[in-house]
Amino acid sequence: MMDYATQKLSEEKVFKDPVHRYIHVRDQVIWDLIATREFQRLRRIHQLGTTYLVFHGAEHSRFNHSLGVYEIVRRIIDDSFSGRPQWNDSERLVTLCAALLHDLGHGPFSHAFEKVFDLDHELFTQKILLGDTGVNSVLRRVSEDFPRKVADVIGKTYPDKLVVSLISSQIDADRMDYLQRDAYFTGVSYGHFDMERILRVMRPSEEQAVIKQSGMHAVEDYIMSRYQMYWQVYFHPVSRSAEVILVKILQRAKVLSEEGYTFKQEPVHFKSFFDKTYDLADYIALDEYILMTYFETWIREDDEILSDLCDRFVNRRLFQYIDFNPAKEYRKLGELDALFRKAGIDPDYYLVVDSSSDLPYDFYRPGEEEERLPIHLLMRDGELRELSRESDIVDAISGKRRTDHKLYFPEDMLREGKKKKVLRQQILSILNT
Amino acid sequence: MLQEHAKLVQFISLADGVTGRKKLQKMIYIAKKMDFPFQEKYELHIYGPYSEELTLRIEELCEMGFLAENCEDKGSYVQYSYGVTGEGRDFIGDADEVPDTLGECIGRMKEKSSRFLELVSTLLYFDYLPREEQIAKVHIVKNKLNYTDEEMDQAFAFIGELSACIRQ
Repeated sequence: MMDYATQKLSEEKVFKDPVHRYIHVRDQVIWDLIATREFQRLRRIHQLGTTYLVFHGAEHSRFNHSLGVYEIVRRIIDDSFSGRPQWNDSERLVTLCAALLHDLGHGPFSHAFEKVFDLDHELFTQKILLGDTGVNSVLRRVSEDFPRKVADVIGKTYPDKLVVSLISSQIDADRMDYLQRDAYFTGVSYGHFDMERILRVMRPSEEQAVIKQSGMHAVEDYIMSRYQMYWQVYFHPVSRSAEVILVKILQRAKVLSEEGYTFKQEPVHFKSFFDKTYDLADYIALDEYILMTYFETWIREDDEILSDLCDRFVNRRLFQYIDFNPAKEYRKLGELDALFRKAGIDPDYYLVVDSSSDLPYDFYRPGEEEERLPIHLLMRDGELRELSRESDIVDAISGKRRTDHKLYFPEDMLREGKKKKVLRQQILSILNT
Repeated sequence: MLQEHAKLVQFISLADGVTGRKKLQKMIYIAKKMDFPFQEKYELHIYGPYSEELTLRIEELCEMGFLAENCEDKGSYVQYSYGVTGEGRDFIGDADEVPDTLGECIGRMKEKSSRFLELVSTLLYFDYLPREEQIAKVHIVKNKLNYTDEEMDQAFAFIGELSACIRQ
């Protein structure tokens, strides 16, 4: 049994990668995990959901990203941590497996799908690791308790906190990969930072990976990159418009199914999610190819709302948006809701407030109520100092949440609708478009 | 529209105010685990289950003037408390009615310390595991809080009380 854990491939395998140049695999376990159907499924799930509708290059998948996270963790362990007393090399394999498999439970267009069906991709990652799956059978060849160990790392309940911090912390391999990869594929000039430098100055400590003081400026750059990427790419209002429509399609299909509507294309893959009887096999069977097939065929459904929403998503006829301040304008929302109904446009599907919010960096000092582990700098005298105490730049943005609210609506429908023109005009003037 | 916001205002109204951000986070999580329909997504953080969405909605409700936030300097930390304003009461005037049992659950939770609610919510986070494994998990993720066996028993008893209260 133990031989499998240490078994190496006869020759190192490499994946050509546009971000890290090469992804190196020597361990048989890693090679076997990549070949499982659950891991291959990640090829059919976009890393950035609907962002490809705005940045046309953003066609990369969770498969690419998962390999990237694995490669970063491999470099940290093999190049920066190996041989240091604070690092226990017997944790190497579990850490690499957790890095590779950390996103395994993502569903198609995960954010929207989870929202509508009240699901949690982390829970599905655990279920895939522990259930009757190809991934589980590979992990069990290492040892009976090995799937549970990998699940605990991903679930942040593994006893060795240093291992957890490499996959999940404010400076982890997950973030370092997605920032660079998403910048590369979207083509934006933000998101770049000197990862080689960060990895070179990263050191193991009892509770988490820490950064030598000399690497502080590289970490500042990383935090600023993250800040820029959130506002320029991840929270882009147009990709949020596509996501709003996606949520509404799934909600509409669910309502129709509950009302006994006869679909031309029965939502076979969704049934168990509508009535909450899904199992792991139902979940793994879903990917974005399948969802897109439904959306394309549902364009020809008799239900006007479902048909229209699917046409909008497939053919990129997205909702228009305006800035919305809930504190000052919530009454306006009630007024619009009533006018939409009078105009024959269902506001449950065509008038949507969407909010995005991010904390670029948060600190935690004992005794305070905040919730995140901070980034620690390793000073020359061996003391650990919280990053924002040393960096003016990080201090300036620490703990500062930025929030953006948008109100989405189908401007084309309001302008082109032939019935109740006066009402529609009134709505447009309230929306100030 | 803004139904999820309204549910939170109703919750704080039923509690007649909540002191402590951590306490509020844990109370909503526990209520959610008791099948009350809160939609905020939770993840495991330093103090147990924590929801960014909840933090954001509470901030928005303060900005809207429906909740009032007070902060008190406790020396080594700052404590926040939340109460419903007059405008907030108007806002929930037309909202859907809440189940009677919610008020009773809130009352029971409010009497408890945030340390205790942190334990209860963390046990509930692992409620898919057998009891012994739930306890082992709490000892791993909360190793610095040194929860005693007695506290564990009290937490399980409390979860039982809340479940019984809902079944009434």
